[in-house]
Amino acid sequence: MEKRVVFDGKLLPYMLLLPQLAVTLVFFYWPAGQAVWQSFLIQDAFGLSTEFVWLENYSDLLSKPEYYKSMVTTAIFSALVACLSLSLSLFLAIQADKQIRGTGAYKAFLMWPYAVAPAIAGVLWLFMFQPSLGLIAQALRSLGFDWNPLLNGNHAMTLVVMAATWKQISYNFLFFLAGLQSIPKSVIEAAAIDGAGPMRRFWTIIFPLLSPTTFFLLVVNIVYVFFDTFGIIDATTSGGPAKATETLVYKVYSDGRLGGDLGGSAAQSVILMIMVIGLTAIQFRYVERKVQY
Amino acid sequence: MVERKRFLDFLPHLVLLVGIMIVAFPVYVAFVASTWDASTISNGQMPLRPGPYFLENYYKTIFVGTASSTREPVGGMMLNSLVMALTIAIGKIMISIVSAFAVVYFRFPFRMTAFWVIFMTLMLPVEVRIYPTYKIVADLGLLDTYAGLTIPLIASATATLLFRQFFMTVPDELVEASKIDGASAMQFFKDTLLPLSITSIAAMFVIQFIYGWNQYLWPLLITTRDDMQTIVIGIKKMIVTQDALTEWQLAMATAILAMLPPVLVVVIMQKLFVKGLVETEK
Repeated sequence: MEKRVVFDGKLLPYMLLLPQLAVTLVFFYWPAGQAVWQSFLIQDAFGLSTEFVWLENYSDLLSKPEYYKSMVTTAIFSALVACLSLSLSLFLAIQADKQIRGTGAYKAFLMWPYAVAPAIAGVLWLFMFQPSLGLIAQALRSLGFDWNPLLNGNHAMTLVVMAATWKQISYNFLFFLAGLQSIPKSVIEAAAIDGAGPMRRFWTIIFPLLSPTTFFLLVVNIVYVFFDTFGIIDATTSGGPAKATETLVYKVYSDGRLGGDLGGSAAQSVILMIMVIGLTAIQFRYVERKVQY
Repeated sequence: MVERKRFLDFLPHLVLLVGIMIVAFPVYVAFVASTWDASTISNGQMPLRPGPYFLENYYKTIFVGTASSTREPVGGMMLNSLVMALTIAIGKIMISIVSAFAVVYFRFPFRMTAFWVIFMTLMLPVEVRIYPTYKIVADLGLLDTYAGLTIPLIASATATLLFRQFFMTVPDELVEASKIDGASAMQFFKDTLLPLSITSIAAMFVIQFIYGWNQYLWPLLITTRDDMQTIVIGIKKMIVTQDALTEWQLAMATAILAMLPPVLVVVIMQKLFVKGLVETEK
């Protein structure tokens, strides 16, 4: 779509674009380029000399079992958070979409966790599940369950999954509700007249019509788990115990900051960048054309 | 509801109420913890009703700070967060709205290149270019400054896309009318386009304010001085690995304070927030 009527101006449009482009080039493209360049370099321990090593950082990285472990951790984490938050919020959105009173109020009460910082969400859940004094940790202990996210990797993963899911439900809920409300009621009524029960109506009409929204949310949720959960992980488990909750992004941070391995960290960044580009491309390729609200 | 069964109407309400209670529970627990004293919490006997230390704990949190960690009062951290969130939100809106204006209302060489350069930043989240960006900010001498905290996060593809989308729906007749009236491009922008964009601007403000307030990794790296800390970073330092040293009542008061501004913004401006969210992301 293009405008028919436009203004003349030779210099003005460039002036208008200048601030945005300046920030973008200096703080986005320049560092991204640096990350790519750095990923081909190896720096000695004192930072005195650097050597161009082609793909050695990558082959090093891909030969290390820790990297694959981090990939598996990220995959499990993403799958759990996406499945849990998508199914819970879809269920809630379906309830809110039934023509009942107070949908607006329910919406208001369900959407505010969106505004809570991931790190704060992590701290809230950490407090409830703190082994020695947490409310729920104690309840679990009194039931004879030895809960300890500080020592047990699976417990730590459960904790970050819960916090990440809690934070994401409101976002998914809003989009599912918008998607549901755009489905014409007449279609559903027609199916009901034909004798289709609620479950049948859901699986044959509502779910297929909602699938573009679901797919869009799936991509968004994966990107969210990859990047935005950094705060949750750092505030609750710091990637531990024994790297059980170390996602790919957390590993970039810890290898670069604590390990001082800038080349390896940069190589990881580049791999992540390729993943984001892939995910964004998928999102635009398939979603842009199909989602209708 | 297609079926007409009176009692079935009750079920969705019940489910939603349970959902809201589960969503609100962690925050309720945090609030309750922020109103008790340290010993009640640390012996694990905290009741599920608010205690008598509300004023004392919040006073201590905001003006004094915790003993075990940085001793930095949270009031100052909140101020830093506020400056950061406002600068990012306003800055993003300003540079995005003028760049969208340029892309939509002018024809010039490299117009689409400029648009794609901005658009591609969607794919470069700060987390993946973190160390090189850190280095650039350090080289520019911007560590521990508000400029360093905000400018690198100010470029925004999403805001530019939203404004571009909105400008496309503005009728061409308005441009023609302005031109006939002899208005220049900037006069049209100021007198016609800006007033029409108020809702989009407000919606964008809500989303970007939350984005700025909730930043974690970036301020974690580029602020080293305690007095430059934001509240979202500050809370992490209050939680000490040795359980005994963590002043949970103050940490929880901080958590409540840290979520108050963004949650209020969302609740008060919910219509705009939903509009902005659904429109930018689709």
